[in-house]
Amino acid sequence: MKYLIIGNSAGGIGAVEGIRQIDKEGGITVISNEPYHTYSRPLISYLLLGKITEDKRKYRGADFYAKNNVKLVHGTVKRIYPEDKQVILSGGEQVSYDKLMVAAGSSPFVPPFEGLDGVPAENRFAFMCLDDALNLNKALDKNKRVLIVGAGLIGLKCAEGILEKVAGVTVVDLAPRILSSILDDYGAKPFQELLESKGIEFRLSRGVKRFEGRTAVLDDGETVDFDILVLAVGVRPNTALLKDIAEIDKGIVINEKSETTAPDIYAAGDCVQTVDASSGESKIMALLPNAYIQGECAGINMAGGEKSFNKAIPMNAIGFFGLHVVTAGNYTGDKLYTEREGNGYKRLFYGDNKLNGFILVGNVEKAGIYTSLIRERTPLDSIDFALVCKKPGMMAFTREERNIKLGGGAV
Amino acid sequence: MGCHLCEYYCAFAGTDGSDMARALKGIKINPRIKIEEKDGISFAVSCRHCREPLCVKGCITGALTVADGVITIDRDRCVSCYTCVLSCPYGAVSPSDDGAVQKCELCVKTAEGTPACVRGCPNNAIVFEERECAE
Ligand SMILES: Cc1cc2nc3c(=O)[nH]c(=O)nc-3n(C[C@H](O)[C@H](O)[C@H](O)COP(=O)(O)OP(=O)(O)OC[C@H]3O[C@@H](n4cnc5c(N)ncnc54)[C@H](O)[C@@H]3O)c2cc1C
Ligand code: SF4
Ligand code: SF4
Repeated sequence: MKYLIIGNSAGGIGAVEGIRQIDKEGGITVISNEPYHTYSRPLISYLLLGKITEDKRKYRGADFYAKNNVKLVHGTVKRIYPEDKQVILSGGEQVSYDKLMVAAGSSPFVPPFEGLDGVPAENRFAFMCLDDALNLNKALDKNKRVLIVGAGLIGLKCAEGILEKVAGVTVVDLAPRILSSILDDYGAKPFQELLESKGIEFRLSRGVKRFEGRTAVLDDGETVDFDILVLAVGVRPNTALLKDIAEIDKGIVINEKSETTAPDIYAAGDCVQTVDASSGESKIMALLPNAYIQGECAGINMAGGEKSFNKAIPMNAIGFFGLHVVTAGNYTGDKLYTEREGNGYKRLFYGDNKLNGFILVGNVEKAGIYTSLIRERTPLDSIDFALVCKKPGMMAFTREERNIKLGGGAV
Repeated sequence: MGCHLCEYYCAFAGTDGSDMARALKGIKINPRIKIEEKDGISFAVSCRHCREPLCVKGCITGALTVADGVITIDRDRCVSCYTCVLSCPYGAVSPSDDGAVQKCELCVKTAEGTPACVRGCPNNAIVFEERECAE
């Protein structure tokens, strides 16, 4: 069996580990257009902070490819020929496969800003991959003013990473608060205050109307001069490789086995759309845990095993300067449980006997118990939910449930 | 019975000193095994070393790994993002004060063969054995 994996990140690595659980012999080739040992993408901001060495950024150990008998090829796949079970690289080289995995990830979304082309290329950056971080790092110095467009996770992680190295950082976002997709107003406030106290400036509820060289003109007419522009507006799934080959909606469409609609072609991670088990909605969930689990699921099925994964939910864990927030699920339901204390904030969103989502700022201890109630769609009347609201713990389950979960059954 | 001794043995297994009372004196312990109690019922919760470990699969850096069924953490590679705290269905990974999360590692990094909580429990209420389970 010949396995071919496009993408050398969470989804691709998951596939390798999935395949090797079943098939120790078949040849695995991984193709990536990034010329590096697999690295943890979220670590690129830690790299700027100077916290991460080249060795520590590795997502898997130095012996990963040898140990799993994987051939790593540096190249860009230009096209897939499903009839011939072949792909062609941009250099013309052909690679054939029996089972193909597409874990091509996502690319930065660049809105059509007026005047963007007038911003010199050497002053303009994305913040998605290791090369972006390395290039940005080279461009930074104490005299540079940085403008980041986008106050989401990626934009703010970038801001945290570079703050100490530059003259100033301004972040612009159309949304009225930072981290708007995962935090409500109350939850976002302590983070904004903390980031402001460290020196980051925010321009919220307004966007960039146009660029005039190294000046951004905002919707309300204010101008912000910058030396370095980082665009972190959002990401778009890389679906082009499967255009006209498999069904594509918002992202590549896959089923619970990570199969695309094309025979022998699987997909996982940021390039696919996934059913959010907390809402039933099909959407893009560009998150590392889902990418790995879908990749592993694909790998097991590619190798002839049986695996399905239908419990993906949005899950975010982020910290800035020591203040942490974890969130999961979606913020719907007609009932709320809220605790507020200082910077600490807990809000659970539930209704119809199910927990749908939560936000925890500050104390994140045992958050996974809430995540599990969302993921498993646990009927809330089967547990002591009033207790769980206050204090997540196994105590909330019945004795029988606990015995099943914690032991082999008998007391 | 809720004596919390295992919590102390656990916290002690993570320190270097040899005298438990001295090593822990004046320190608020942060053990990897935790007693939950309510209305006269108490039980100990620590990592189940799941067969499908969501903590390992979700770890954004690769700091958590499985070897011979035991799930351990490479403290050097952990960046305390708390994705694993958010993922573990048992609440068995927790933040710690020194830049890495902590969880039960079955004392594989200490010299003794049997976990400290098991050796220390005065009622033999904590056992160390393999069981078939759903997870
Ligand atoms: C700064 C930053 C911080 C983040 N922080 C978090 C976090 O804290 N928690 C979290 O859950 N997620 C985080 N994410 C998101 C997370 O990194 C992604 O969800 C995850 O990397 C997705 O993995 P993937 O394998 O699907 O895709 P990717 O990691 O994008 O990898 C896809 C790979 O395929 C390669 N490729 C694409 N097309 C081709 C082609 N045609 N030929 C060859 N190679 C190709 C790409 O170059 C890339 O190397 C963060 C992302 C960024 C950018
Ligand atoms: S930390 Fe939690 S998820 Fe990980 S193996 Fe232990 S019990 Fe399972
Ligand atoms: S806190 Fe550490 S061990 Fe847990 S997911 Fe993050 S990097 Fe991995």
